[in-house]
Amino acid sequence: MRRALRRAAACVLILVGLCALLATAIAPYDYSRQFRETPNAPASHRFPMGTDDLGRDRFSRLLYATRVSVVLAPAAALVSILIALFFSAAAGLRKQWANQALSGITTLSLSLPWMFLFIILRAVLPLNTRPLASILVTFGLMGVAGWGWPARIFTASISQVMHSGWLLQARAAGISPWRIACIQIWPHLRAIAIAQFRVLIPAYILSEASLGLLGLGVAEPLPSWGNLLAELQHPDRIHDNPWILAPLALLMLVMISLESLHPTTFLHTTREVAV
Amino acid sequence: MRWTAVFCGAGVLTLAALFSAGLSAAAAPHELRFCLNGDPKTFDALHVSDDNSELVRFLTGGVLLRINRVTDQLQPELAESWKLSEGGRAITFHLRSGLKFSDGSPLNAEDVARTLKTALDPKQASPAGDTFRSTGNTEVRVDSPLDVTIRYSQPKPGIDRLFDTLSIVPEKAGKLPASAGPFFVSEYRPGDYVQLTRNPHYWKHDAAGKPMPYLDSIRLDIQPNREIEVTRFLRGETHLVNKLTPEAFDRIVREKPAAARSLGASLDSEFLWFNQSPSPAVPEWKRKWFTSVAFRRAVSASIHRDDIARVVFRSHAHPAAGVISPANRFWFNASLKELPFDPQSALRGLAAEGFVLKDGTLRDRDGHAVEFSLITNSGNRAREATATVIQDDLRKIGIQVNIVTIDFSSLIERIAKTSQYEACLLGFVNVAIDPMEQMNIWLSSGEQHPWWPLQKKPATTWEAQIDQLELRQASEPSRTLRKKAVDELQRIVAEQEPIVYLVNPDYLTAISPSLRGVQPVTAPPQILWNIEYLTLE
Repeated sequence: MRRALRRAAACVLILVGLCALLATAIAPYDYSRQFRETPNAPASHRFPMGTDDLGRDRFSRLLYATRVSVVLAPAAALVSILIALFFSAAAGLRKQWANQALSGITTLSLSLPWMFLFIILRAVLPLNTRPLASILVTFGLMGVAGWGWPARIFTASISQVMHSGWLLQARAAGISPWRIACIQIWPHLRAIAIAQFRVLIPAYILSEASLGLLGLGVAEPLPSWGNLLAELQHPDRIHDNPWILAPLALLMLVMISLESLHPTTFLHTTREVAV
Repeated sequence: MRWTAVFCGAGVLTLAALFSAGLSAAAAPHELRFCLNGDPKTFDALHVSDDNSELVRFLTGGVLLRINRVTDQLQPELAESWKLSEGGRAITFHLRSGLKFSDGSPLNAEDVARTLKTALDPKQASPAGDTFRSTGNTEVRVDSPLDVTIRYSQPKPGIDRLFDTLSIVPEKAGKLPASAGPFFVSEYRPGDYVQLTRNPHYWKHDAAGKPMPYLDSIRLDIQPNREIEVTRFLRGETHLVNKLTPEAFDRIVREKPAAARSLGASLDSEFLWFNQSPSPAVPEWKRKWFTSVAFRRAVSASIHRDDIARVVFRSHAHPAAGVISPANRFWFNASLKELPFDPQSALRGLAAEGFVLKDGTLRDRDGHAVEFSLITNSGNRAREATATVIQDDLRKIGIQVNIVTIDFSSLIERIAKTSQYEACLLGFVNVAIDPMEQMNIWLSSGEQHPWWPLQKKPATTWEAQIDQLELRQASEPSRTLRKKAVDELQRIVAEQEPIVYLVNPDYLTAISPSLRGVQPVTAPPQILWNIEYLTLE
């Protein structure tokens, strides 16, 4: 049962990923094309999910938005994990003071009001930033901002491993810190890193959605799940066109699929390490 | 990253607010109920600076004269009669006898003189006194207990109409001051509600001798969430919604059609302008575009105003013709017509200026691709959609527009102080009919002069002309001659287009059929201007 669920989740993710990557080929219209004679049109043969306020095809916009959110969120998550791994390894393999310094930096990072920093960033970005550059900067910053929690977990794990007997043996045998990191520590961290990576992806997708609701996410006319979800601020519109809920449904589907993959794989990998 | 939690939290709060709204106390039979979108900042009529306080002031304040919002004529209120003299430099009021404030204390010429002196005192920084101040001396003299004269050293145009906004205040003002209008503030719970009670000493009686106002009380619930305000109206918990978005209006039309009222074009306008000031944020070649009237007119002609009105405002807006909305019947220059949508003529105009459209990109004579950023405030969906329509329209003549939505305070900082922007999309909410209120916008030396504030001297001849016309209309006692100056100003602005006017949104409102006597108008306070005549069935 669990395996079937995992397979189904993987299929969903692959399908969504393919749709996102092939958006240009699949989408019937350009995401910015305005059919002004038919704003807020219901679903039809011409517009499978209807049109938005400005007469833009919802289906085409959803495909392009999926590309933006589904491709960039994992990239941002990867940035966070790499930064967290770098700092944790640097602190764990060095002296106590380095560990304490990292702890201080992590606490500082976690206590920063990132939302306000994002607002300030939008205010200081050059005004003529193109939408694509703007979205790259937004996700890039989310990646930089989100390393704190994984770093805490990695540091704790490294600290535990560093006090194990077999690692002391390895150090006594004169094995270099780099080799210890690669051969002795990484296999223990890998499972946690993968789990953290999967946790961060939906978190970033939702964060981008929240930024979009505040007008701080992706600039028009580029669509993202965030600015598509902003329409849900007017729930009475759902009555006229239920397809407004499509981005929400897709977001939930992707998150459930990611979660379905996550715990089983985590336990499986941990068991492998334990053996 | 805790933003999702914040979002969910907001949803819970919204539900809680909806639930609590449903539990609120039942209204008294002759109590008018509606929502304010925030707490009034003050109940001191002379220090009102926000919309909510202004509405409370209007409902409670006793004024000497009132402008009838339907006929646009002055009618006597606390003053039984008045007389202009000395070529518009002086005005004398004769008060009604037996006037009282809501606490029963008498109201006489001394109170009028004291109110005016307080309003005129620069130390008081009274917003109500701004329009009364003038260069030179202003004398306020009590001639008798019922007569008071105000005399300026220079003619003060429209002096009589200014008294529509000046509420006479008692000598001793407590936290909830007494007032001489139809109602007084009897209770205030911050964040919850303001209770207004009928003033038993109000002077006005109807033709049958019945004391006015007819309503016993007004309850103003503080409700910042507009969706909840509409939901409460639809549930019958309130009697009116003062101003609706096009979407909310369409919802009212669907669910309670008898209550939906569109008053046609409002006094408000939506527009964009280019930064023409010598700002380091604007490269010199872009400044050349922005200061070129051909460029501005080409941009204007390429924007499909009908589409903005129809698509963005759901047909609840009218394409704008210029500075003053057609809703302002007296001051609007009726000879002006909206600029037609004509991208081809726009391209011809641009070609004459050396611009070339090649491979979908417009380039100036030096080869620079025409691209600019358009800032607007985040959170205003109609404005963001307008920006997207403009972006799409201008793309068709090869202009790349980058839309930037930023929070309102950052936007004001950029346009008013740092000048760090290229083009801006905004709107004016006009609260006054008289163009005198717009002087700070049109004078080239003004702080709020949009395209280049605080100019030491006008940069162009047409700006110098605008300055002269503004000063003329501000010093000319004759209303007809003032109108002539304002008409000419509108013509110059339409010709030069330093501000590209887009649409005048309609004034949309919802009024319960149980509220009688309403004569809604586009001038504020649109539904409540004749509050003493309103009744509830």
